[in-house]
Amino acid sequence: MKLTAPLLYGLIACILMVSAPHAAHLPLWVSVLCVALLAWRFYLTYSGRPLPSRWLLLGVTVACVLAIAITFHTLFGREVGVTLLILLVTLKLLELRTARDATVLIYLSSFIIITNFFYSQSIPTALFMLLTLLVIMATWVHMQTGNLTFKPRLRIAVILLLQAIPLSLVIFVLFPRVQGPLWGMPQDAYASSGLSDTMAPGTMSNLSLSDAVAFRATFDGKVPERQQLYWRGPVLWDFDGTTWKRGRNITTQRPSLADATTPVGYAVTLEPHNKPWLFVLDMPSKLSIPAFVAPDFQVLNDKPVNARIRYTATSLLDYRANADEPPQQLQRALALPQGLNPRSRQLAAEWRRQADSPETVIRTALAHFNQQEFEYTLEPPLLGFNSVDDFMFTTKQGFCEHYAGSFVVLMRAAGIPARVVTGYQGGEYNDLGGYYVLRQYDAHAWAEVWLQNRGWVRIDPTAAISPERIQSGLNAALGDNVILPFFARTQSPFLLKLRVNLDALTNQWNQWVLGYDTERQFAFLTRLGMEDVSWKNMALNLLAWIALLVGIFTLIMLRRLVVRRKDAVQAAWLKVCRKLEKAGLPRAPHEGAMDYAARIATARPDLAEDLHDIAARYAALRYGGEAEMEGMAAFKDAVRAFKL
Amino acid sequence: MLAALKQQFRNWAFRRTVETGTVVLNQRRIYILPTRQGFAFAFTLLLMLLGDINYNLSLGYVLTFLLTTTAGMTMLHAFRNMAQLEIHAGYVESVFAGEQAKFVFHFNNPGSLDRYQIHLQDDEEHHTVFDLPAQRSTPVELTIPARQRGWLDSGRLTLYTRFPLGLFHAWSYLHFEVKCLVYPKPAAPQPLPATSVQDGTGKTTAAGDEDFSGLRNYTAGDAMPRIAWKAFAREQGLQVKQFSAPQGRSLWLDWSQLPNIAQERKLELLTRWVLDADAQGMLYGMRLPGGEVPPGHNPTHRAECLRRLALFGMDES
Repeated sequence: MKLTAPLLYGLIACILMVSAPHAAHLPLWVSVLCVALLAWRFYLTYSGRPLPSRWLLLGVTVACVLAIAITFHTLFGREVGVTLLILLVTLKLLELRTARDATVLIYLSSFIIITNFFYSQSIPTALFMLLTLLVIMATWVHMQTGNLTFKPRLRIAVILLLQAIPLSLVIFVLFPRVQGPLWGMPQDAYASSGLSDTMAPGTMSNLSLSDAVAFRATFDGKVPERQQLYWRGPVLWDFDGTTWKRGRNITTQRPSLADATTPVGYAVTLEPHNKPWLFVLDMPSKLSIPAFVAPDFQVLNDKPVNARIRYTATSLLDYRANADEPPQQLQRALALPQGLNPRSRQLAAEWRRQADSPETVIRTALAHFNQQEFEYTLEPPLLGFNSVDDFMFTTKQGFCEHYAGSFVVLMRAAGIPARVVTGYQGGEYNDLGGYYVLRQYDAHAWAEVWLQNRGWVRIDPTAAISPERIQSGLNAALGDNVILPFFARTQSPFLLKLRVNLDALTNQWNQWVLGYDTERQFAFLTRLGMEDVSWKNMALNLLAWIALLVGIFTLIMLRRLVVRRKDAVQAAWLKVCRKLEKAGLPRAPHEGAMDYAARIATARPDLAEDLHDIAARYAALRYGGEAEMEGMAAFKDAVRAFKL
Repeated sequence: MLAALKQQFRNWAFRRTVETGTVVLNQRRIYILPTRQGFAFAFTLLLMLLGDINYNLSLGYVLTFLLTTTAGMTMLHAFRNMAQLEIHAGYVESVFAGEQAKFVFHFNNPGSLDRYQIHLQDDEEHHTVFDLPAQRSTPVELTIPARQRGWLDSGRLTLYTRFPLGLFHAWSYLHFEVKCLVYPKPAAPQPLPATSVQDGTGKTTAAGDEDFSGLRNYTAGDAMPRIAWKAFAREQGLQVKQFSAPQGRSLWLDWSQLPNIAQERKLELLTRWVLDADAQGMLYGMRLPGGEVPPGHNPTHRAECLRRLALFGMDES
């Protein structure tokens, strides 16, 4: 095997393809450097120039490692590892000297593909993986086939991959799944996007720029009204003037629901977001997985959700929640940072003085938002030190976090216990799959106030300013001139339909390919009729299937090893020979056609002429390269006419 | 020590019979083992699988299994690349010591599959690579240096392939009954010894190339310029012109007349003289301690003399 130019171009293509998906999250200078190095290598190969000296490369390598250490402030962790790997593979290409180096590069390329799955495992990623594999295979085959041209090489690579697909499908289904992780991992092991447990101005509006899926939900029976679809996430109690935080619940009292009716059953497939909280409709009563329901009805998984999980739950839409909330908790729900937002506090105190009940205060506050020309916008102006005062009296422009936050501050100032609840609201129904999709732009914040005898009651101030947001979603609420994610904007019916179909496909992919874990494997194999789903059974089945498939492949592959030539010329000549043999004049094994004819001519002068003719025609057809149909036909006629 | 053990194991594990005729590579003759790269790749796959399990990467499982099964299936491809090849040994030209002996093997691919990158090598790493398209035959030449006179055995040859990914090494042993006759290395040019006149009991003429004396039938090995093309054109078949040299000028290359030098040097010197005498068209004979070759001059005679020299003092078989 020689390191020829085409082989090097193949290797460059491999590295380019495996690194390209990483460009999105690599530091820009790394991407640029890699492309430059690959281009340099291409130029060196193309122009036949020698490789750079080892010392130069060593210098560049050390500089790169240092630069990475400076960029990331560490040399450990997944992201740094991937970056280093890509850089080193690219540099390795510049000091490719032996065939073994090329093999190492091929192996590393395969390995880099897998690191991309930390970031994306979507259907396009899978398709791109297949394409990349094809390029890698073609290059790999190149190393073993020397001067074979591109097309047959590609053919071999395609055959290898196609053969692997049914086999790996069987292994994928039957390979016993172990629930990871096998060892502890740093927190950055998973990509995360989604709600956090703090809220400051801008938190929600940032999220609304993303159309990533947060979770999908299927309802068992009747789907609740859209304005009841409040998916509860982190509950925020503590306010420091700008940021709302979860804080610590002072009570250990279990949450309680009284007079609860209207149960709704549903199943949620939650995308990994690397945080412990789960999303449920207000208010949860039953859950299929062992999760902790905090005193404020926030549902927490026992560990961060770092893989897609599925759970079913039952919620009750009408309730009295924690009507007996302990006083310490109510104190938390009244706390306000000292000395901030004096005008808002004054306004709230005024309302309280005039009102006869907390309900009246709430109505006044909502009416205030509704009537004082507040605007619902994704791009609110910046707020100052007294953020609530600035918002209430000066800017009057905000997104849901502004309204929820200020409303809670007003309530607390008026002596009504209140808290902020974040989560998702609404969602989009997928006809094809029969489920709701909630995307990051459905993230929402609302308020809960505690009223005597009624417990915690949900109040959504955003609904007072922009009822469309709650009833029809973000796009209806914001108008056309706002830059929203592609999917958040209403499109033509065709695009909408396409989007629905694509999401249904994605959902199936998520459920069956990406979510194929221990439980799903068990369920699937049971459904296929495996009675005892154990490791032993799976292994036996796996072996049996592999044996069967490999057996079939072997039969197909070894079929064309020997092909007996069907040679009409030869067959006709042998017919003549057989006739003569019967007449007692066999052909000696070493005897050629002309010699044979000459010998027969002396023994049987009567045959001489015919036989000489046949032998001459035979020799001409067989050795003379005379392949015309006429010659063949005349020869056959002569053979047929030959009689003893 | 390790090499000796390895050799012993090989002799025990693999048949060491010498083949004649055509060998067909069937499944009993082809052995397959992973290469070092194969093991390295298996290790890479194991790392990938651990990563998949640890990080719950479903698509990672897909990739790992795709690569695993591809790698596994290449075992079958490697086998298929060699299976059912038909091989027979070809004619080996005699060479002089110090030259390269060219062992020719005829490979036939009776199937409709192309075969790629098949390597043929002997135990001393002399090596040749070839491709074999579907339904083709090809002669494959393995060059082995002929170091000393006598019979040079090709020894047991290894035919192997690592197609398509280099992960598996499929091989087969071939040991054909094929030998190359190695003539002694001709000594540096030396003047021929003086000719001697024979007494009159022998034939009156001996074949030479002075005067035309008639035609005889062609036999393999006759020199092309000697073929009577005119006779061939008259459709009299292939005939060779014969010449005669006048009797009495035959040269005896006599072992006993040689100066007192080492045996091998003597053989080398005689070889040189045989070549020179032949080139000069002389009638020459040779006397060795074991017997003599009567004077003559034709390619067969030359070959016989050289053969005697090559095998001098050796067991004829």
